Amino acid sequence: MKRDSSLHLHIPHARFRPGDTADFSYLSLPRAGQSPCPPSDAQASATRDLADGLVRVIGDDGGAVGPWDPKLDPGLALKGLRAMLLTRIFDDRMFKAQRQGKTPFYLKCTGEEAVAVAQALALRPDDMCFPTYRQQGLLIARDWPILDMMCQIYLNPKDRLKGRQLPVLYSARQAGFFSLAGNLGTQFPQAVGWAMASAYKRDTKIAAAWIGEGASAEGDFHQAMVFAAVYRAPVILNLVNNQWAISSSQGVAGGEEASFASRAVGFGFPGIRVDGNDFLAVYAVTRWAAERARNNHGPTLIELFTYRAGAHSTSDDPGRYRPGDEYQHWPLGDPIERFKAHLIRIGAWDEARHQALVAEIETQVDAANREAQGLGVHSNGPHHDPATMFEDIYKEMPQHLKEQRAEMQRLRVLAGRAPS
Amino acid sequence: MTSMNMVQALNSALDVMLERDANVLVFGEDVGFFGGVFRVTEGLQQRHGEQRVFDAPIAEGGQIAVAIGMGAYGLRPVVECQFADYIYPAFDQLVSAAARLRYRSAGEFNAPLTVRSPYGGGIFGGQTHSQSPEGLFTHVCGLKTIIPSNPYDAKGLLISAIEDDDPVLFFEPKRLYTGPFGGHHDRPLETWAKHPAGEVPAGYYTVPLGQASITRSGGDLTILAYGTMVHVALTAAAETGVDAEVIDLRTLWPLDTDAIIASVGKTGRCLIIHEATRTGGYGAELSALVQERCFYHLEAPIERVAGWDTPYPCEFEWDYFPGPLRVGDAIRRLMAA
Ligand SMILES: Cc1ncc(C[n+]2csc(CCOP(=O)(O)OP(=O)(O)O)c2C)c(N)n1
Repeated sequence: MKRDSSLHLHIPHARFRPGDTADFSYLSLPRAGQSPCPPSDAQASATRDLADGLVRVIGDDGGAVGPWDPKLDPGLALKGLRAMLLTRIFDDRMFKAQRQGKTPFYLKCTGEEAVAVAQALALRPDDMCFPTYRQQGLLIARDWPILDMMCQIYLNPKDRLKGRQLPVLYSARQAGFFSLAGNLGTQFPQAVGWAMASAYKRDTKIAAAWIGEGASAEGDFHQAMVFAAVYRAPVILNLVNNQWAISSSQGVAGGEEASFASRAVGFGFPGIRVDGNDFLAVYAVTRWAAERARNNHGPTLIELFTYRAGAHSTSDDPGRYRPGDEYQHWPLGDPIERFKAHLIRIGAWDEARHQALVAEIETQVDAANREAQGLGVHSNGPHHDPATMFEDIYKEMPQHLKEQRAEMQRLRVLAGRAPS
Repeated sequence: MTSMNMVQALNSALDVMLERDANVLVFGEDVGFFGGVFRVTEGLQQRHGEQRVFDAPIAEGGQIAVAIGMGAYGLRPVVECQFADYIYPAFDQLVSAAARLRYRSAGEFNAPLTVRSPYGGGIFGGQTHSQSPEGLFTHVCGLKTIIPSNPYDAKGLLISAIEDDDPVLFFEPKRLYTGPFGGHHDRPLETWAKHPAGEVPAGYYTVPLGQASITRSGGDLTILAYGTMVHVALTAAAETGVDAEVIDLRTLWPLDTDAIIASVGKTGRCLIIHEATRTGGYGAELSALVQERCFYHLEAPIERVAGWDTPYPCEFEWDYFPGPLRVGDAIRRLMAA
C-alpha cells in the first residue's frame, strides 16, 4: 500500500522574475477565427470551450476572420483607434506630470486600451459602467472632456470632486461612469444591483462592471456572480486579466488551473475569454453579451486576456519583480499597433494619416494640459476651499460638522494660511 | 545595537520570529517575492522559504479567515493587510470569529494571529490610504490593538504580538516608517538614524503589551497619544514651552490605566490626541476613563484633538491632520483654564 506522502502547500509562482527571459510559448493561443460564435441566448454549458479558449478576430496578417468578426463600420473603427491613441497619450502626459510633482499620483492603462475603448463603443452611451481605476478609456471613448479628467488629477478648483479623491478616482454620472472606489472589488456587485434596478423599472439599459484578476479573489466578485446568476441581471461582468496584480502573478488569484472565465459556467451563465489586445474581438464579445443582457437572457462573464505593460502606478517599480522586457515577449502584442495594422490592411488607414492623427492628438492633449495646469496643480494650487471637506458627508450638514468647520477656519487664520 | 528605521525593525522582528518558531507564517498581498509594498517583508521569503512567507490572494476576509484556521491548528500566522483602509472585508472574521473563538469554545480553540497593517495619513493617499480605524477594533472585546511610535518599540511589540495567544491588530504608522514626524510637513524629512529609539537590538527582545511609555516627563499637563501623534505631541510641547508629560500608550488594548491615572493625578490636566475621527474614537474611551478615575484631580476639562469627522480629503491633508498648531492651541487653552 502506498504510504501517505507528507502534505505541503502549493505556492503559485510567477513564471518569470527579474533576470529571466520571458517565454510565453506555454500559452495555448488559438489562431484568430477559430472560436465558434453561439447565439446570444446560449446556455452556460454551450460556452464551456469559449471560457477555456480565446476569442480572436484579428489574424497575424492583420485581416479579420471568423464568426466573431463584428464587421465594424469604418467610422466607428476610426473612433476606436483615436480613443485608444488619446488614452495612451493622455496617460503618458499625466504620468510625467506626477514625476514633476504636479499631481501626487497617476495610474496608466498602457497595453490595455482596447479593453475599455472597444467595450465602451459596444455599449450604448446610457448603459452604466462600474469600472476600476484602469478603465479611463471608457471616459475617453465616451467623449468625456479630458480637461475635466486633468482637473481631477491636479486637484484644482475645477475638480468636480473638490480635491477629495486620489487622482484618477473619477466620477462622471453624465458619462455613465460610476464613482471609482479605492477599495477593490466593491463596484462589482453594485453593478449587479444597478442592473437589477433597471430590470425592476422595465428599462432597456444594462450595466457593465470591471474587476482585475487580482481583485477577483475578493468576496465581492463571488457575490456579484451569484446575484447576477440568481436574478439573471442584465449586466456584463468583465474581468481584466492583465497577468499582474502589483507584484503577484495571476496564479495567486487562482488562474493557474482554470481560466477565470470558466467560473461563470459553474454559476450557470456564460463565460467567454477574449484576446484583450484584439480590438475587434473585444468589441464583438461585448456586443454579444450586451445583446444577451438587453434581451433578458442575463449576465455574461468576459475575461479580457491582456498584459499590464506599465508599472502598477506611479508608486510602483515593476523592475523589482518581473523582467524589464517581459512585455516585449507578450505574444498578444499591442492593441493599438494591431488595430492600426488591421485598418491599414483593409485599406481604411495609412501610415501618413496615422502620424497626422498622433500629432493632432498630442496637440490636443498639450493644449488641455496647459489649460488644466493654468487652473491649478497639486503642488502650488490653487485648490478648492478646504472648508468644502465638510460638505457631502450628509445631505444636511449636522451641527458638529459646522462647529468643526468653524474651528478649522479659526486654525487656518491662526496658522497664517487664511486671512482673518 | 543596530540603527534601524521602522521598516527594518519590523522586518527584523518577523525575521527573528520566523527563525525561532517554525509555527510562524507570514503572508499577505505582495509580501512574498516582492517583500511588501512598504518593504517590511523584504528578503523574508528568500531566507525562510516560500512555505512560510508567501503572497496571498487579494481577499482580506479570506486572509484573516485562513489565519484563524491556522491559528486554531496551532500556528502563529502574521497577516499583512496592505493598508488599514482595506481591512473591512475581514471585519466579520475579526469581530465574530477571531475575537470570540476562545469564548465560544470555552477555551477549546483560540486564534493567535497577528494582523499588521499600515495606517494613518501624511502621504497624500486620499481617503483609502490614510485611515486610522483602530477605534473600530478597540471596541471589540477579545481583540488586542497595538500602535508603536518608533523602531525599538515596533520590533519589541511585534514580537510580543506574535507570541500572544490572542488575536492582535498591529497598526503601523506609515508616516513614521522612515523617520520621526513631528507634524510639520513643510520641513525637511527626518530619519531614525539620529533618534535614540532608532537603535534596535539585532536579536530577540520584547516590549510587553499593556505598558505605556513616558516619552517626555513633565508636570503641567498630560498628553495621551499613540503612533504618529506622539511626535506631534512632543513638537507641540516644545513649541508652547509647556512642561507637558507625553504618554505613548503603545498598546491601546490592553491599556496601561495605571500610567494614565498616575500622570493625570500629578498634572491635573489631560489632553487626548489621535488622528482618527473624533466621534466615537478611542479618545472618547480615554476621556471617560480619566473622568471616572481622576475627576478629583482635574483642574480643567479634558480636551480631545482628533481628525475631523470627515473622510481624509486628498488635497487637504494638512488641514485635516491634527498637527502641532492644533495640539499647541489646545495645550494653551488647557493651561489657561
Ligand atoms: C480591498 C483592497 N485591498 C487591497 C488594495 C490594494 N491594491 C490596490 S491595487 C492592487 C492590485 C490589484 O490588482 P488587479 O485587481 O489585478 O488589477 P490591476 O491593478 O492589475 O489592474 C492592490 C492589492 C485595495 N486597493 N483594495
